[in-house]
Amino acid sequence: MDNVQILTGNQAAAMGARICRVQVVAAYPITPQSSLMETLSQYIEAGLLKSEFIRVESEHSAMTVCISASSVGARVLTATSSHGLLYMHEQLHWAAGSRLPVVMCCVNRAVGAPWSIFNDQQDSISQRDTGWLQIYCRNNQEIIDTMIQAYRIAETVNLPVMICYDGFILSHTTMPVAVPTSEEVDEFLPPYKPHTILDPATPKNINPVIFPNRKINHEGVLCHAYMEFRYLLHQAALNARRVIADVSREYAQKFGRDHGGLLWTYKSEDAEILVTSMGSLTMELSTAVDILREQGVKAGLVGIRVFRPFPRAEVAEAFCRAKAIIVFEKDISYGFEGALSSDLKASLYETDIRIPIANYTAGLGGRDIKARELVAAITESLAEIKNGTNEPITKWLNCYTG
Amino acid sequence: MNSKIDDNICAMCGPAVAEAGRTGDWRDMRPVIDHSRCVPSVKQKPSCFLCWLYCPEGVVITGIPVKIDMEYCKGCGVCAEECPAKAIKMVQEGSVNG
Repeated sequence: MDNVQILTGNQAAAMGARICRVQVVAAYPITPQSSLMETLSQYIEAGLLKSEFIRVESEHSAMTVCISASSVGARVLTATSSHGLLYMHEQLHWAAGSRLPVVMCCVNRAVGAPWSIFNDQQDSISQRDTGWLQIYCRNNQEIIDTMIQAYRIAETVNLPVMICYDGFILSHTTMPVAVPTSEEVDEFLPPYKPHTILDPATPKNINPVIFPNRKINHEGVLCHAYMEFRYLLHQAALNARRVIADVSREYAQKFGRDHGGLLWTYKSEDAEILVTSMGSLTMELSTAVDILREQGVKAGLVGIRVFRPFPRAEVAEAFCRAKAIIVFEKDISYGFEGALSSDLKASLYETDIRIPIANYTAGLGGRDIKARELVAAITESLAEIKNGTNEPITKWLNCYTG
Repeated sequence: MNSKIDDNICAMCGPAVAEAGRTGDWRDMRPVIDHSRCVPSVKQKPSCFLCWLYCPEGVVITGIPVKIDMEYCKGCGVCAEECPAKAIKMVQEGSVNG
């Protein structure tokens, strides 16, 4: 019998950290992440989680603590949002370059200026090229399950993982969540074995200054230089596609819950129109798909779960039978278009698929998105595609652009 | 789970002399010690050694007389600046006085 509890997204993440037996936690408060770390610190204080909670003066330091603790063999967690994530930016590169399996919750929040505490995904999308794997969750059950999977993935490929979920929409909303026991998680997630351990008995300098060309060290061994390490980082990220799919499948077998590996589909088999997004917006889109089906429109949904590594082959497979694609996303690359739309188009360019793609920027700074508004946008874009008047520009949903 | 870990997974080095190469060839100016002024040489006993204390590269060898390992001295001139007896002079590398 499942242990079902009523949890917010942040409580689900804190519970996930507890059952994963996280050993070192470092974080700095920021809305909407704060209640995650408050819950976790209560667990530690009450003796429910044997972990070191390190209080720091900034997010930059929080990530530095995680990097250091991971380097000496601890399973670590941090969490942040928005400006906190941006403040960490330098150390995000450092964690990935050091090939450390740090796991972080990014509770997605808009970035200033102007100040906003509300949800969009510009913060994590802006960290796309740091070498972190990014998984976007659609409900609170997926958050706790993804946390367990994330440590397994990170510790297999030696790359950090960012678990992204929408601020307030998930972080502060309660849902029934089945919570596995620590013992069940232990069977799925063995203790972390670091690739390199900093130990006074065998002193090492990790990540010293490295010169452009390869070099023979004092032991006469030819060592990689910067470019070789970066190539290995890229290969590890590409390799993570298979690992994420395998871990997700194995998780489903053990725990009976499958959130999809790299992506998932809803009513897509016979769909002529496929809509796509990441995170909680996919849930609203599934309602929109149901409404469109009632209206006789053969609509389906592809939920992108993993944004990095981008599921290029899976995307081509998922969209190959559609006659039109409509992308909704809570981010924008100013002066071009949404990040998901760009990557989706780039992936399809390698195939024979040449179908119209419309893309919407939606929900920035917490602007509400209702299923009926999504239905109206999809209907309008379909009419334009049918008339051949669809322009490859990003439209802004629910935005007074006049 | 049992993926083989590459030894070269991230950049690292062990503590060793010349891990970064023979850095003495970076030098533009070289320190020259006047042992008629250098305190340990004058007193004929272990003393002063401020050059050893201040050297950022750890290439000053304490003793009588004081020596500098020119394989790794980068010629920064901190020793000459700190010497209380003004016994160390920085001269152009390759010049007659050097």
